[in-house]
Amino acid sequence: MIRIERRLAQPRWLTVAVPLGSLVVAFGVMTLVLLATGHAPGHTFSRLIDTGFGSKAALNETLISATPLLFTGLCAAVAFRMQLFNIGGEGQLYAGAILGAGAGIALGNHTGWLSVPAMVVAGAVGGAALALVPGILRAFFSTNEIITSLMLNYVGALVVNYLIFDSESYWRDTSSATAKVFPQGKNLPDAASWPVAHSAGLYVPFGLLLGVVLAAVIWLLYTRTRFGFEVQVIGDSPRAATYAGMRTRRKILAVMALSGAIAGIGGASQDGDFRHTLDPRGLTAAGYGYAGIVIAALARYNPFAVCLISFLLGGLQNAGFALQGADFPSGLVGVMQGVILFCVLGGEVLTRYRVRFSRTARRSEATA
Amino acid sequence: MTLLAAGGINDSILVVVLASAVAYGTPLLYAALGELLAERSGVLNLGVEGMMLVGAVMGFWAVQRTDSLLLAIVVAAIAGGAMALIHAFLVVTLRANQIVSGLALTIFAGAAGLSSYLGNDLNVAGQPAKHSFGPFLPHSWQNAKVIGPILLAHSELVFASWVCVALVAVYLGRTRLGLNLRAVGESPAAADAMGINVVGYRYAHTIVGGAFAGVGGATFTLSITPQWVDGITGGAGWIAIALVIFAFWRPTLCLVGAYFFGAFSGIPFTFQARGILSGVPPELFQSLPYVMTVIVLVLVSSAGARRRLGAPAALGTPYVREER
Repeated sequence: MIRIERRLAQPRWLTVAVPLGSLVVAFGVMTLVLLATGHAPGHTFSRLIDTGFGSKAALNETLISATPLLFTGLCAAVAFRMQLFNIGGEGQLYAGAILGAGAGIALGNHTGWLSVPAMVVAGAVGGAALALVPGILRAFFSTNEIITSLMLNYVGALVVNYLIFDSESYWRDTSSATAKVFPQGKNLPDAASWPVAHSAGLYVPFGLLLGVVLAAVIWLLYTRTRFGFEVQVIGDSPRAATYAGMRTRRKILAVMALSGAIAGIGGASQDGDFRHTLDPRGLTAAGYGYAGIVIAALARYNPFAVCLISFLLGGLQNAGFALQGADFPSGLVGVMQGVILFCVLGGEVLTRYRVRFSRTARRSEATA
Repeated sequence: MTLLAAGGINDSILVVVLASAVAYGTPLLYAALGELLAERSGVLNLGVEGMMLVGAVMGFWAVQRTDSLLLAIVVAAIAGGAMALIHAFLVVTLRANQIVSGLALTIFAGAAGLSSYLGNDLNVAGQPAKHSFGPFLPHSWQNAKVIGPILLAHSELVFASWVCVALVAVYLGRTRLGLNLRAVGESPAAADAMGINVVGYRYAHTIVGGAFAGVGGATFTLSITPQWVDGITGGAGWIAIALVIFAFWRPTLCLVGAYFFGAFSGIPFTFQARGILSGVPPELFQSLPYVMTVIVLVLVSSAGARRRLGAPAALGTPYVREER
């Protein structure tokens, strides 16, 4: 008989040992999964790490994969910290990509560098607007934000597909005969290409830098301001927050808007940094929003941890795409993410509780 | 567009939409019944979409391998139950956050996770199903006016789902076990004091809930569109979770709700096939089930507090005997 009892004090070493232990267990479980499905685990892992982090080219690809994950991870972390489960990062990213691309096309090459900030703002507005739908519904009708934000992901995917594949919208390229038969988005003007920082053979997208700056700003906001304090109180104890006179509704709206804006900037970064067009297939196939939830949960909603973990999961995802084939089934990366998440979730219990086996448990009861 | 077309009442748009409502509502119904059982025990499982997809791919694999539809359903149920077991272990034994664990299950098992991995690894994508469930009653019955297409021209899975609704309703309202279950969901401490095994009930109903979700997923791959495609359920698992809320945690209302959403899921196909409103972009119809879910959810949640509607009082909270 296993008994689990609450720890009175959390030893320091546990906060490091448990996540590391969880990772080891996760790799153990993955080894079993791979063996059970007839793959060589050692070979698979070494190829994953090589393709994700093994060379400068691999690292550059990983930075590209990590950029959207950083935004969606922050999007989820910001909201989850208040126990506001915005899982609409996926749709909010599409909304940001739509408005971001729109701003880029509209400004053309006339305003020079102003295109970039304009796209960031447009992306943020798009994401925030979509996130405010579940936000308002939650604040004023206490509607479950998990389901409403998720449903809007599907709607968002349909809208972005509609704009390119089923209409002659502003975003669609209708200039040539082939473009009319094979629908694709308009190419963004040169001024809408975001700059790249380049040193020692590594290319850092502007979006990634912006994301890291955002992470620092969020950390300051949540740990050094009254706003952040109230968000944390509402998250940990909504009743205490109400008694203290905190305005929960306003916080819900503000946090949802912030969360959606971050995902929206991630969408604009997809346009400006990488795709240079509104690309429905690429955006909807990638599943950035859902990976962001994994990242936020693994990072325990800490913005700096989000940066680190989105880099690691970015590498995993990049390797997954690169290796995808007969001996490396798609979906493997999703399975790994899930297993890691399960193990870390399960491991968390060890920081809060101690596990005892029956005999020792009875003894402790006697002394208590 | 007329409500009564020349081909008789069975070809009228209303009858066709209602018939498709039953067909497309069936996976929602199975998944919602399963989620209802889990939630009645106090376990919120947001992994329905993932459990449905794993059930869908494993059920499809089983029918390709064994040629037995019955076995395929059993395999789908076991696969769904196995997924639910992970969630049960995490939230009941390890007391992890139910929302995060459920989301993790959806990511682990979902469209870009285990279900896709299995689909690729078992090499079942892109094949037509060797066998599938279809209407089996005598043709004269199936062609009966109005009730034929709506109620009778369906597969065994539809009829079985009605039996399940009745069984769950009787179980919850009329049996000792069902009443114990409700006690566990409403007040685990009181149930524990009565000598009910809270942990056992939560495990059992979460796993059975997963089995229902697995069967619901298999309804897609064995009946509605008999093939395997990544993410074939297209959000049905999430609609099922919302459905439990609309149904006020009552099995009979799940039936009504499932067909309501089934109708919206079927409308894009019906309208497209008949060229109705062909000028309207198809995405508008395709977004209907999702938009309707949001709208109905708002109506239900603004009608009053969830508790008054019948949400189990202990939903989402772990039970720790030492900390009550």
